[in-house]
Amino acid sequence: MTENAAPTNMGSTITQVPNPEPGTVDMMVNMGPQHPATHGVFRMELRVDGEQIQDLVPHIGYLHRGSEKLCEHELYSQIITLFDRLDYVSNFNNELVIVSAVEKLMDVAPPPRAELIRIIMCEFNRIASHLLFYGTFAIDMGAITPLLYNFRDREKIQALFESVSGARMMHNYFRVGGVKEDVPDDFESRSLALCNELEHGIDETDRLLTGNEIFLERTSGIGVISGEDALDWGLSGSVLRASGVSYDVRVDEPYSRYDELDFGIPVGSAGDCWDRFYIRILEARESVSIIRQAIALMEPGDTMAKIRRIARPPAGEVYAHCENPRGDLGVYIVSEGGERPYRLKIRPPSFCNLQALRDLTVGHYIADAVVILGTLDIVLGEVDR
Amino acid sequence: MTSQGSSGGGNNPSNSGAKSTSSPVKRREPQVQRAAVALPPEGLVLAERLPERLATHKIEVGAAIDEVVCRVPADHLVDVCRQLKDDPTFGFDYLRLLTVVDYVDPDGEFEVVYHLYSMKHRHKMMVKIRLPERRPSISSVTGIWRGADWYEREMHDLFGVEFEGHPNLVPLVLPEDFDGFPGRKNYPLNDYEEW
Repeated sequence: MTENAAPTNMGSTITQVPNPEPGTVDMMVNMGPQHPATHGVFRMELRVDGEQIQDLVPHIGYLHRGSEKLCEHELYSQIITLFDRLDYVSNFNNELVIVSAVEKLMDVAPPPRAELIRIIMCEFNRIASHLLFYGTFAIDMGAITPLLYNFRDREKIQALFESVSGARMMHNYFRVGGVKEDVPDDFESRSLALCNELEHGIDETDRLLTGNEIFLERTSGIGVISGEDALDWGLSGSVLRASGVSYDVRVDEPYSRYDELDFGIPVGSAGDCWDRFYIRILEARESVSIIRQAIALMEPGDTMAKIRRIARPPAGEVYAHCENPRGDLGVYIVSEGGERPYRLKIRPPSFCNLQALRDLTVGHYIADAVVILGTLDIVLGEVDR
Repeated sequence: MTSQGSSGGGNNPSNSGAKSTSSPVKRREPQVQRAAVALPPEGLVLAERLPERLATHKIEVGAAIDEVVCRVPADHLVDVCRQLKDDPTFGFDYLRLLTVVDYVDPDGEFEVVYHLYSMKHRHKMMVKIRLPERRPSISSVTGIWRGADWYEREMHDLFGVEFEGHPNLVPLVLPEDFDGFPGRKNYPLNDYEEW
């Protein structure tokens, strides 16, 4: 930093602006990094006129670990563990992105059974992630009860994950060319039973929140973003679909065996907080249906392709992406033909979605900013990497 | 690549007779395979249309696995991007990813890669430009896709690439007082002492 560079306060661009009305002045408020409503270590710098937000500057980077640089120094099989730790509430979905990128580069296809196991795990993980969203989102608005119901159901999903991968989180279960090992014998019956319970749980949340008058007051018409603006900002996932843009990687660029499955893509119209919430309810129901179909398709067979234990993809570059619970998670790999990537870049959906926060919040009240941030459903582990 | 040396066909193990054992063992150059290119139909159409439509911009069209790759001279970047977004035959309204690759060989260059997607035509492509490592500077595309904002700030932090015309190029993921560009290849992974 040179001497005559403009003095900055942690990258802040907000300056105190005197209000034209006599006797009042806009106030600067710092929310975070240690604030429960920011869902992690995230800081918002707000300029408020009373309760109304005039300007907002998001500050990220508190969790920056240099994951991408770290990936460039690890074997492909070791990178899977780093991807587990990006978006730490949807680990399977993250693992799928890196393994499918390496498979695309190597031009190998995992056995059909392994593909279905992956789909089932990813969809369960999507439901688990959405359940966490409903709960924390309700807490953002002061309703504590839904979280207890949602965690009860999420716990059952994690118990299933534990029986399959040995870990409740950070599974490290997917491999380049398949999955680590076959699922336990009772997996299918257990999954189907769990599907019924989850369906019940989702309905319960739906009844508890969706039509609630206070909930509607707090969410409808709040934080509206149009479809064009959402595309311009590069938003993805439920946030983009709530604005009326039908874009889901599972349908538009089908990967794995999603093209064999029949499911719908819920699309909103208003692009407000209520749409972003309700779309996630509908998505979770679709996921239950995907799991049932995938289990019906399951046949005994191998779970690992016959490839070398240490993946050594050819030279080239590849971009692979999958539909994460948070949006379109992608990875761009430049390979020189070794067992480590030359360059690895992650497209983090939360990072892109968070960019639009300022546009969404300005003009609303502080309490609404918390709700809007809740509907973006960010995970800071992925924003900062 | 393999040099056609004195012992012809030396890297074929089947005819390794007395010839190859007499000379000191030469390490065989690893034969790096290239990933096979398989463009989808809409990619083939796009690869045809690009040179027609962007004839004035000295672009080079190639492919990487399933994506069209378009190399653009650095000073034409904004014009090309503007046309890619506004021209209805392309309609690239969605910037998926913006990244920098630090190529050390042969003489230190940065490659800035733009991953584009069109919601209307459902096709995708990469746009690439090369920058010298000494003074890496390129026009910002935030005026075309607002989503480029944080990507450019992050790449400015990690690689020191200047994006001219960016509204607010202040540190995003690194602290204000951080010294150096940790994304670059010459930045060590561990530069701290064990304690």
